[in-house]
Amino acid sequence: MTNAITESDTLVVGGGVVGMSLAYGLARAGDRVRVLDEGDNSFRAARGNFGLVWVQGKGLGAPAYARWSLTGASRWPAFAAELMERTGVDVELSQIGGLTMCLENSELADRANGMRQLRNEIGRHYPFELLDHEGVRKLVPQIGPDVVGAIFSPLDGHLNPLRLLRALVQGFESLGGLTSSNVHVESIAHRNGKFQVTAGGARHEAGRLVLAAGLGNRELAPLVGLSAPVKPNRGQIVVTERMQPFLKHPTAHVRQTGEGVVQIGDSKEDVGMDDGTTIEQLSRIAERATRFFPLLAGVNIVRTWGALRVMSPDGLPIYQASTQHPGAFVVTCHSGVTLAAQHAGPLVDWIRGGAMPDDTTGFNAERFGHVQSH
Amino acid sequence: MFKAIDTGKQRKVITLRVEGHDVCAYEGDTLAIALLNADVVVFRRTPVSGQSRAPLCLMGICFDCLVEVDGRQNVQACMLEVQPGMQVCLQKGARRPEEVA
Amino acid sequence: MSEAFTHDLIVIGAGPAGMSAAITAASIGMKTALLDEQPRAGGQIYRNVSEVGPKIGALLGQDYLHGRPLVDKLSRSAAEVRHGVLVWDVNRDLAITAMQEGRSFQLRAPQLIAATGALERASPIPGWTLPGVMNAGAAQIALKSSASIPAGPIVLAGGGPLLLLVACQLLDAGATIAGIVETAPRANRWAAIRHLPAALGAPSYLVKGLKMVRRLRAAGIPWFTQATELVIEGRECAQALRFHSAGRECRLEAGIVLLHHGVIPNTQLSRLLRTEHVWDTKQLAWAPRVDGWGQTSLSGFRIAGDGASIAGALAAENSGAIAAIGAAFALGHLDSVERDQRSSAARRDLARQLSIRPFLDTLYRPPEWINKPADATVVCRCEEVTAGRVREMARLGCQGPNQTKFLSRCGMGPCQGRICGGVVTQVLAEALGKPPAEIGSYRIRAPLKPIPMESLAALSHTQFKGNNP
Repeated sequence: MTNAITESDTLVVGGGVVGMSLAYGLARAGDRVRVLDEGDNSFRAARGNFGLVWVQGKGLGAPAYARWSLTGASRWPAFAAELMERTGVDVELSQIGGLTMCLENSELADRANGMRQLRNEIGRHYPFELLDHEGVRKLVPQIGPDVVGAIFSPLDGHLNPLRLLRALVQGFESLGGLTSSNVHVESIAHRNGKFQVTAGGARHEAGRLVLAAGLGNRELAPLVGLSAPVKPNRGQIVVTERMQPFLKHPTAHVRQTGEGVVQIGDSKEDVGMDDGTTIEQLSRIAERATRFFPLLAGVNIVRTWGALRVMSPDGLPIYQASTQHPGAFVVTCHSGVTLAAQHAGPLVDWIRGGAMPDDTTGFNAERFGHVQSH
Repeated sequence: MFKAIDTGKQRKVITLRVEGHDVCAYEGDTLAIALLNADVVVFRRTPVSGQSRAPLCLMGICFDCLVEVDGRQNVQACMLEVQPGMQVCLQKGARRPEEVA
Repeated sequence: MSEAFTHDLIVIGAGPAGMSAAITAASIGMKTALLDEQPRAGGQIYRNVSEVGPKIGALLGQDYLHGRPLVDKLSRSAAEVRHGVLVWDVNRDLAITAMQEGRSFQLRAPQLIAATGALERASPIPGWTLPGVMNAGAAQIALKSSASIPAGPIVLAGGGPLLLLVACQLLDAGATIAGIVETAPRANRWAAIRHLPAALGAPSYLVKGLKMVRRLRAAGIPWFTQATELVIEGRECAQALRFHSAGRECRLEAGIVLLHHGVIPNTQLSRLLRTEHVWDTKQLAWAPRVDGWGQTSLSGFRIAGDGASIAGALAAENSGAIAAIGAAFALGHLDSVERDQRSSAARRDLARQLSIRPFLDTLYRPPEWINKPADATVVCRCEEVTAGRVREMARLGCQGPNQTKFLSRCGMGPCQGRICGGVVTQVLAEALGKPPAEIGSYRIRAPLKPIPMESLAALSHTQFKGNNP
């Protein structure tokens, strides 16, 4: 094994959307950054991503999170333009509004009430419309008769998560960022103001350490005196063959990508570290999809998969700086795409010594009963 | 592209419609071979770039023989046998979303 | 809780291994189902053997006709044979979800034998996606199933026993062969000689091989060896094959170019089930780990025939019988004495079949360059991803085919890596300086082949338990 030692300003553990957004932002701000990433077969929430840049319905009862998501969505156009300029990769951002379609009146009513409550709580302009069947049909002519209505938010959108990750990786490299791939963090030490992380047989040193390893944060956070009580939540996805474009608005469960592929995701399961699929869920997802869009009935499914969301106990992010080991940070959330620009910008400023961004000061583990030692 | 050789047996001939033209085929043949025998060169244009494709494997693995049969799109021609009156056309690019009655 | 068992044994694939397994299992009294995609039994090697007439039968030869009694025996056995069935999912509990005539259904048995055979190794050379470029095996399928042959001049390029066999069969059928272009490097011959003594355990193979060469030479077909730099020319379809041989640039005009660089195991199902695989460095392909009874690392799941390791039709027939006997013993239908007695003849015959393999594997080892396509050559035909793009992904930090797939869409198409998988593993291996075994392969997911949404949706009205891998 090698005795290699690398030296950086900041080490980022985790090369998914969250990790790479932070790494990109840090490199852009002038840090020498190294990302430590696992191998080809590790669980990667980034790969399971739907690509939604989504505002509606988020942060019910937690207005700070609702505001954080709102701001996140509003920063996206500039961020997408910047990524395009720097890397030539078009992340196919489209923010023409999104729909959460409902097949039951009770569901529609619940969602509408939730949105009204959010609007009252958020203290900011919060546009949305409650559409009936005909209202939805005007936006999406292909809906099925079972669709009773939808919540439409003009702020919602989607992008291509695959291209986003590629853009972040390419952008990071063009800014001098370095990545150690196929490594697993074995130990973390903190001496003389430096973090020493052994991974893949090498020792990596940096003044700052950012843990953005998704589900891996659960084990890593305590090593720097923090807590990230995240758990996996499985979503199963059905993916079709390429189709000619017919659906330009993203919907919560069905969206069509820039390549024409239709992705359908409509499940939440608590099954541990299992990214497999079940006929039970897949058939339910397919059945609902054909009720949302009858034209999908004869369309071929090319692939299905499962992916693990990174869920905190209340579903809100955990952004926290360590007091026991100053310079170590935990960053975890399950909306890595919506919040990517926030992570690359304001959150990086915080990591580099600035104040926590407005609306994020409550995203610590104390709310789960964790107490940091000093 | 292809032609049938004499098998020494009587073979029943049926008619298909391919891109609007009548085409003869032997009963029992797969659609892919019937099309090859009818000198169809291009079976589909890819959804990615519109590139022309025709069968590579004839055993259901390559998915290059996709055609539209009796209104069903993206059907593997090598995996079904010809039927009298079958309506066949090229699969031109990605699937067209279809009106549902 | 799991779905109830519907049979004692389910066999997938009605080629020689599958037919033999089903026949054997039924004869032991196991309630057996055999599921196959095609309308008739025979797999690819014995495709249409029950229907073919005497003229075509004679042309295809005794080795092919050997399949006929096997098909007959299957039809007379007590095995429940279902044709036109696409098995599109199997979970770790061995619950099978399959589709027939657009309708999906489920089956389950405590023992499952996959006999899904082999597929041809990809030959990614410039121009290989043009209409008119086909696998040599495809031409053989056209002959077997429809007595059809290419109408115009044909060039056969590559290496392997099938290449010369198909050339002979096409010649006998009246086709025009513009040339045979062998790509095996000279070094193969010398390396293979070491294995010749063992190969003499199955002399008929060698004799057949020599006969084919003589027949083709006598026909005066232009023959080229140790060819490199193969390029297929044409805009809308294949028009010619250009290549280097014996120090010269050569060009053969043909509208049909048949490529062949050997066959590799079809491991879609075994990888869907996440059983252990090894990278076979002789056959340059992934092979599932199986024991002497075909048992994989997933209890109850066995593999027989070329789907485990390439050894040909006769070997497959033996390994199918052996796997069925193994399954019968596992279920308590046989004791160990009966098990060993029943399988001894098949084992002896199998050993004879296997004795030729080292010789053939060495003689027909594909040239190194076939797995090093130029940057501009498409490797993923479905998504039109080039080798250069794959190498770019490696430079971006992708450590294997799955990250590569995510970032480039390589492997996301309907064939799910059947064609490109092996090539991508090897291109990445070279780019990352690691052996293929460390690079790994695509994660395989259901459906094994595309199925219509409504076929999956309809299953929501049934009760389910149990997880997929």
